[in-house]
Amino acid sequence: MPDGGALIHARGLTKRFGPLCAVDAIDFDVRKGEAFGFLGPNGAGKSSTMRMIGCVSPVTDGTLRVLGLDPLTDGPAIRGRLGVVPQMDTLDNELTVRENLVIYGRYFGLSRRELRARADDLLEFVQLEERANDPVEPLSGGMKRRLTIARSLVNDPELLLLDEPTTGLDPQARHVVWDRLFRLKQRGVTLVLTTHYMDEAEQLCDRLVIMHQGRIAEEGSPAELIQRLSTREVVELRFAGDTPPVEGVFDGRVARVEELPDRVLLYTDDGDALVPLAHERLGPQSVLVRRSTLEDVFLRLTGRTLVD
Amino acid sequence: MTTLAGTRGHLLFERNLMVYRRAWLIIFSGLFEPLFYLFSLGFGLGHFVGRVHGVTYASYIAPALLASSAMNGAIYDATTNVFWKLRYAKVYDAVLATPLGPADVALGETSWAQFRGLLYAAGFIVTAASLGLVHSWWGALALPAAVVVGFGFAGMGIAASTFIRTWQDFDLVQLVQLPMFLFSATFYPLSVYPTALQWVVRFSPLYEAIVLVRSFTLGTVGWTNLVDAGYLVVLGALGIRLARRRMAGLLLT
Repeated sequence: MPDGGALIHARGLTKRFGPLCAVDAIDFDVRKGEAFGFLGPNGAGKSSTMRMIGCVSPVTDGTLRVLGLDPLTDGPAIRGRLGVVPQMDTLDNELTVRENLVIYGRYFGLSRRELRARADDLLEFVQLEERANDPVEPLSGGMKRRLTIARSLVNDPELLLLDEPTTGLDPQARHVVWDRLFRLKQRGVTLVLTTHYMDEAEQLCDRLVIMHQGRIAEEGSPAELIQRLSTREVVELRFAGDTPPVEGVFDGRVARVEELPDRVLLYTDDGDALVPLAHERLGPQSVLVRRSTLEDVFLRLTGRTLVD
Repeated sequence: MTTLAGTRGHLLFERNLMVYRRAWLIIFSGLFEPLFYLFSLGFGLGHFVGRVHGVTYASYIAPALLASSAMNGAIYDATTNVFWKLRYAKVYDAVLATPLGPADVALGETSWAQFRGLLYAAGFIVTAASLGLVHSWWGALALPAAVVVGFGFAGMGIAASTFIRTWQDFDLVQLVQLPMFLFSATFYPLSVYPTALQWVVRFSPLYEAIVLVRSFTLGTVGWTNLVDAGYLVVLGALGIRLARRRMAGLLLT
């Protein structure tokens, strides 16, 4: 492959819908075996990028190679080697759990005989063996997601695309999904996922890009981004009534102060050292010292929080 | 590995077969409609009508009902079911993430709708033949004729379904389908119309379909039947082409 073995290679990749520029000339490479994330709020261009990679959305401008092939001319061949978990479940409600896997495998040209065994394996992998012959409709959100993941694996894909794999799931269901994705990662499946959950990105991604308004704001591993773009610790202050003026109070003692509608964030390498001063000068209702996360990185880059 | 557009359409057919394995009854309910017409109009009203073109009234309208049932079956599936899968069930969104493309969807769904029309036609012709309403060995070709009829209406129906936005729009489908059923020389010969109107009726695809099937069941086959069949094939093919383009535009954004 001309692009140094990258499974996905994008240069100046652009998607426009009429006057709206959803993806604005982004560059990135996804390497074999890594878990690569697009982190950003709704409307940042993550899903548009994923749809272009999945060859279901024509590229407006720029270069995109997936598995070394051009989506414009080799869409069916590329799609045959991809697994896709779309943002909205597109399970076939007129078929049972098991039939969903079988017919999906048939779309990839697999034989019924092959699929009998594979459907069993996949149902076991996503812990849905007992629901095999049930209709899809009454399954919980978490089960549907797991079935969608099983379905995406039916063709033994080289590259798995997951568009917000856990959005809308309760915490327990999210952990089950993460666990399965983690196992796939261990097996060497290349994962590309979008998310607006920083904990998801931190848990699963080896490398990620932070997207904002159709552009890539930063790129790196989660730890690297936090280290480079935030401080070691954050002090969160919450107030009972209106936030008192904080300007100048911590001058010289913090790297940065961020005032949000519901709290004030103090960025420092030693949070505990600030607590007495904060109590003395501002009288907050609560004080929390925590480590920096990707959320802080995102806030620094865009001035916005990820999940509003 | 390259795949030729449209060569995997049979997998959609297979998917529909899986769905209807559990719901055969729904399909069979459509078998009865043309039989009700046959008994009520063909034998009931026919009692007062006498003979048309040298055959009993029931024999005269039976092929028309056969063509109509192939049309109804095909249109019903091509519009209602395809619309549902396209706009609500997101079946094609899932399908297009696989090696299949819009051409496969258009062709696969056409073949299924055609198959549904064929089933209705087959059920009807068995009944009609056993009642002595088929007058020629040419009648054996009425079934292949129904395949052609189903293709024409399935292709057009699928194209139409890509333009449908709400369930209310189905009234428009009815608005075309019902007069076509009633006025396409279904229940009386074309000669009933004044000359100018005859030319309008000749453009009705159902008229062509009825002429085709009637030639076979009454044994009045001629070279012009190729024109009837050709007209339906062309309309069906144009419908599939349009449907493929429309589906690509709607789903691959």
